[in-house]
Amino acid sequence: MQNRGYYDQYGGAFLPEVLIATVEELVATFEKAKQDPSFWKEYADIMSEYSCRPTPVTFAENLSNYFGGGRIFVKREDLNHTGAHKANNVMGQGLLVKRMGKTRVIAETGAGQHGMATATMAAKFGFKCTIYMGEVDVQRQRPNVFWMERLGAEVVPVKEGTRILKDAINEALRDWVTNMDNTHYVLGTACGPHPFPEMVSYFQSIIGQEARRQMLEREKKLPDRIYACVGGGSNALGIFKAFLDDPVELVGVEAAGRGLESGEHAVRLASPDASVGVAQGYKTYFLQDDDGQMKETHSVAAGLDYVGVSPILAQFKDSGRVRFEAATDQEVVDALSLTIQKEGLIPALESAHAFAQAFKEAPKLSKTEIILINQSGRGDKDIFTVADAFNDPTWQEFIKKKAEEYNA
Amino acid sequence: MLEKYLNSRLQEKEILLMTHIVLGYPSFEDSFKIIEAMVAAGVDLMELQIPFSEPIADGPVILQANQKALADGATVQKCLDFSRKIAQTFDIPFLFMTYYNILFKYGVERFAAAMAADGIKGAIVPDLPPEEGGEYLAAMQKHDLAPIFIFSPTTPDERMQYLSSFGQGFIYCVARKGVTGVDTDFSRQLGEYLGRCRRATKLPLALGFGVKEKADVDFLKGKADIAVIGSQTIRLVDNEGVGAVGAFINSLR
Ligand SMILES: Cc1ncc(COP(=O)(O)O)c(C=O)c1O
Repeated sequence: MQNRGYYDQYGGAFLPEVLIATVEELVATFEKAKQDPSFWKEYADIMSEYSCRPTPVTFAENLSNYFGGGRIFVKREDLNHTGAHKANNVMGQGLLVKRMGKTRVIAETGAGQHGMATATMAAKFGFKCTIYMGEVDVQRQRPNVFWMERLGAEVVPVKEGTRILKDAINEALRDWVTNMDNTHYVLGTACGPHPFPEMVSYFQSIIGQEARRQMLEREKKLPDRIYACVGGGSNALGIFKAFLDDPVELVGVEAAGRGLESGEHAVRLASPDASVGVAQGYKTYFLQDDDGQMKETHSVAAGLDYVGVSPILAQFKDSGRVRFEAATDQEVVDALSLTIQKEGLIPALESAHAFAQAFKEAPKLSKTEIILINQSGRGDKDIFTVADAFNDPTWQEFIKKKAEEYNA
Repeated sequence: MLEKYLNSRLQEKEILLMTHIVLGYPSFEDSFKIIEAMVAAGVDLMELQIPFSEPIADGPVILQANQKALADGATVQKCLDFSRKIAQTFDIPFLFMTYYNILFKYGVERFAAAMAADGIKGAIVPDLPPEEGGEYLAAMQKHDLAPIFIFSPTTPDERMQYLSSFGQGFIYCVARKGVTGVDTDFSRQLGEYLGRCRRATKLPLALGFGVKEKADVDFLKGKADIAVIGSQTIRLVDNEGVGAVGAFINSLR
């Protein structure tokens, strides 16, 4: 491997020896696909036919009027098949799996969106599929487990460590070091060892390519600010990449959980709490203690509840190309509520972080300025979590009755 | 020098034994007793694993030992202090086994200096291929410590030679794909793989992953120089207590 995927000091491929040959094969397959002009077309075609791409940009007129500042547009990744941007990465990697001739895919999942997308891709392409999901997230996102299993995937609840996303990644890596001969690990975000950060953002860059064209067509100008939530960083990089050379302010929004002071958050770039380290195959900012042991994180959004962050975003933090902010659980629930009421849009809790930050800043912009928010996923599938976040009494009543029915 | 020590031991014994423990598991007092019993039973060298929260190359047994040790308050400094005492007390070579973040956060050069000062002879860092290990290799060399590299059945011959060019002391050959603590098939295939390892390096060969009884050690005689006992002693301590360690090690050779 010549290019080891470094973004200044971040990235790399810190891998156990047993995986080196497999990852080299993946790098070679990906490099060849990138050179092949028909590959991107094949990818775009399948995304169009199977996943409704290009996804539209929606003018959020009511929200714009409500804040009375910049005009707000929303890139609708929630309209992808399976309900999130995760489908972009998964279908792309699925095409590579076919090229490598492998027959089984594995994935980690936090919110369940990436697991759903992977199980769907596996069903379509005829691969066997195992999904690793932290036990805590299985509880948070049970409906997604139901669908993954219907799609034919085996869902393994991970009981180790903090029992959330990072622990699911560890278990997926352990499966991969054992079964790499026939198995590809479909990592769900722009993290992990090279080539994953580059490869995942390559597939996700379809978001920004479309959005840039759509904004120019509709408004004859580029947006002034773009907001995206940051878990591992894939939807953020996906929308940012096409605008890197433009005079556009890029804002990544992390999960401030119960508040920065509480220590219960997942803010790696917008707070001084994280430091540079090496884990899960790559070097980046991690929420870790002085010994290098990873800390527990918290967010109402399982998909943002992660200790590390894309090495590409770590570089953008240092260079200042992306500004990083954080939104608390409460701000996110409020933003979600407002978006549902004003626009009839239901962002995922993850995506609602981007909305929350945009809402803080929108009033300060002038009416000629344009805000673009990446709605990375839809929230209606997260009905249990969202209902809990809203503390909805009639929903609780319904669940209790339902439980009684099963008990009867 | 580690390699010289191993070669001189190999003049007397057909195969050497290397054992592994997780520092602070089940407790530091027990770690001491386990090491004491192992040394008394004639173990030739030992791996001391500094626990890490994300041990991706380890299976359930060692993973849980890592987590338990951390939950009970094992810190890097406690591990270093403990290891100094161990190296002063017992007359066999001790190596650290840990993941790169532990060294990285401590400071790679500072960590190597501490190892040398504490009398630790080398290190196994399974998530650090030589391509990422420039700083580590320089620090290990400066302090005359052995960086141990790993061969796996998926490693091509050419890469084995490449890894060997950075390795010192011995090469750690993992017996199969997968993580620690899962059964290994001690078959002709394993013999062929070890033959391939032998041709790629002049360093002594250790074989680990799945070694758990005398038959396994016997199989390795003439094929490898060191048999590595990892998860099995942790299982033993979990099930039968620290007192069972000596007899188990004695039963292996
Ligand atoms: C809808 C949605 N948005 C965002 C994320 C966060 O991931 P990333 O930062 O890679 O986009 C997730 C992860 O599960 C998600 O499901």
